[in-house]
Amino acid sequence: MTVLILGATSDMAVALAKGLSARGHSLQLAARNTNYLLSLKSDLEIRNQNDVSIHTIDALQFDTHQSFYDSLPVRPDVAVIFFGYLGDAAKAQTVWDECKLVIDTNYTGAVSILNIIANDFENRKVGVIVGVSSVAGDRGRMSNYIYGSAKAGFSTYLSGLRNRLFHSNVHVVTVKPGFVRTQMTEGLKLPPVITGEPTQVAIAILAAIKKRKNTVYVLPIWAAIMFVIKNVPEAIFKRLKL
Amino acid sequence: MKDSPTVIANWGNYPAVQAVVKSFKSLGEIRKLLDTGAKFALRGNGRCYGDSSLHQNIISVLKYNHILAFDTTNATITCQAGVTFDELIPLLVPKGFFLPVTPGTKYITVGGAVASDIHGKNHHVDGSFGRHILSMDIMLASGEIVTCSQTNNQELFQATCGGMGLTGLILSVTFRLKRIQGNQIDQISVKAKNLDEIFELFEKYKSSTYSVAWIDCLQKANALGRSLLMVGEHTIANNPGPLNRPGWLSIPIYFPGWILNKVSIKAFNFLFYHKQIRKVKQATVSLDTFFYPLDFIENWNRMYGRRGFVQYQFVLPLQNSKDGLRKILTAIGKNGTGSFLAVLKLFGKQDTGFISFPMEGYTLALDFPMRPGLLEFLDELDKIVLEHGGRIYLTKDARMNKQTFWDSYPSADKFKTTMKRYNPDFIFRSFQSERLAMTKL
Repeated sequence: MTVLILGATSDMAVALAKGLSARGHSLQLAARNTNYLLSLKSDLEIRNQNDVSIHTIDALQFDTHQSFYDSLPVRPDVAVIFFGYLGDAAKAQTVWDECKLVIDTNYTGAVSILNIIANDFENRKVGVIVGVSSVAGDRGRMSNYIYGSAKAGFSTYLSGLRNRLFHSNVHVVTVKPGFVRTQMTEGLKLPPVITGEPTQVAIAILAAIKKRKNTVYVLPIWAAIMFVIKNVPEAIFKRLKL
Repeated sequence: MKDSPTVIANWGNYPAVQAVVKSFKSLGEIRKLLDTGAKFALRGNGRCYGDSSLHQNIISVLKYNHILAFDTTNATITCQAGVTFDELIPLLVPKGFFLPVTPGTKYITVGGAVASDIHGKNHHVDGSFGRHILSMDIMLASGEIVTCSQTNNQELFQATCGGMGLTGLILSVTFRLKRIQGNQIDQISVKAKNLDEIFELFEKYKSSTYSVAWIDCLQKANALGRSLLMVGEHTIANNPGPLNRPGWLSIPIYFPGWILNKVSIKAFNFLFYHKQIRKVKQATVSLDTFFYPLDFIENWNRMYGRRGFVQYQFVLPLQNSKDGLRKILTAIGKNGTGSFLAVLKLFGKQDTGFISFPMEGYTLALDFPMRPGLLEFLDELDKIVLEHGGRIYLTKDARMNKQTFWDSYPSADKFKTTMKRYNPDFIFRSFQSERLAMTKL
């Protein structure tokens, strides 16, 4: 099958691309900066001898998304979206541009391109859409609620989309990775027991596509953690410093 | 956001230091890191043993890991520095190629292979890794990218092969591959009663492509140097079976320090030597079994406990080898600090690298669990090595003093002069380079 990966330069996306390529699938890699994708393409083609094409997409250039999708050499069977920007939480509280960048990358940009893909898949009555959201969207916490709220919006969008497309044989997966050791989290102190590797995310996504799972926590412990966090009464929750 | 350091150690788990580790995937990202003005150690997969790739700030090349070209007609490959040997083997072997030189673990990066100018069981015929490099791109501290080879920017090339990542950041390397027919190794193992016999055997099997001996360091007197020589050739026929057995054993935790003691090591060495009853034994074994026996045990370094261990590898010039080895083995026997694994190998002539480790003669690698008094004992061994004109492998080193280094590497000055030209402010450095006064005016 042909898999479109949006935001293909992230560590999780690269791990997924490697996994898909090794399993013989063709790839369409799309990102804002395609320099990195050029060497990734040569690497995957040398290792696995299957097709890899490279495309430019900027999450924030909403009006280019339709022409981006129309220009793909073939219609993908699976689309996986990794658009994500953690941003500086403190800065986003005071600087609107930073706040807007977080919202637009994680939510608006993702919705813009997925609307287009969803319509195509719905018409063709096939396909799987995988959205990489975040556990941060499960409940707002003082430390990163702007990012969290954008991801919450995205998770809600995905669940609505799943509901809509179910009736057209199109499946939608919501992935919530939890902490992952990537370039985005380099230099952050992450508790090792609840921190995953990009390859674990890739394996979880591959399994979710195959088994048509709805919402996936990459490390099962995160489902338990978020269950607790979601169920703390608000009267208590608001007093915590999370 | 401020970066918080984490605890980083290389394979010997000694020393363990606090460091901030950053990686990069593109030239833009690496330039941004260099622009911060910080000083960095460059690090691959952390399979050197000591502090060669440790500093407060570390740049990891592991995410700069693409294979850029694979030319099966000319038997060459071009890789970014972070590509590891274990990724290359399953690509190369089915197409009839193998690494020109490989160390005893496949979990090393191409960048690390250059920076250590690694040697393998075929050093006596194929030299070290540097001999097989056709060209490499290096990013200097200034951000400039320079291409070098044995004929182009030669001094940078010779300083970078075995240069411990001090000349600049190795970005990509094009190297020659070895053509092979079968995907296994025809192995002959021969028992040797003592040092004289193992020396004779190395001479006898000089024309074999691969040779290495395991040596029992706890033997004394007439049995001093009792060992098992293993030589090998690539097979002609292909075994259609699976190429890679996954690691089937794992050491999940650090063993308590007392597990490796004189008795357990003696027992291990006894079994290893006596499991082969005949003097000479032939077998066809997998590439993994022949080249990477320890890779089957994931995290085997944890057997030495949390305090870690020091691997001590030295080489002695051929004419002094037997005399020096006898003295060192005697010293180890007296001290009772037996090494779990000791590996003996005859090097051939060395032709690359100002401070590359190999020279024609015998090299011995020993593991010593970290314990009080060990460092002093190793200083004593250093003296014997120096007296016999030998030197210590920087990639294994965690403790040598600077005088030993400067006295034992004859081209150290040349190395430093060249390195300074390309890395004038010592942006690239390590705790080792500081300890050995390599990155000091």
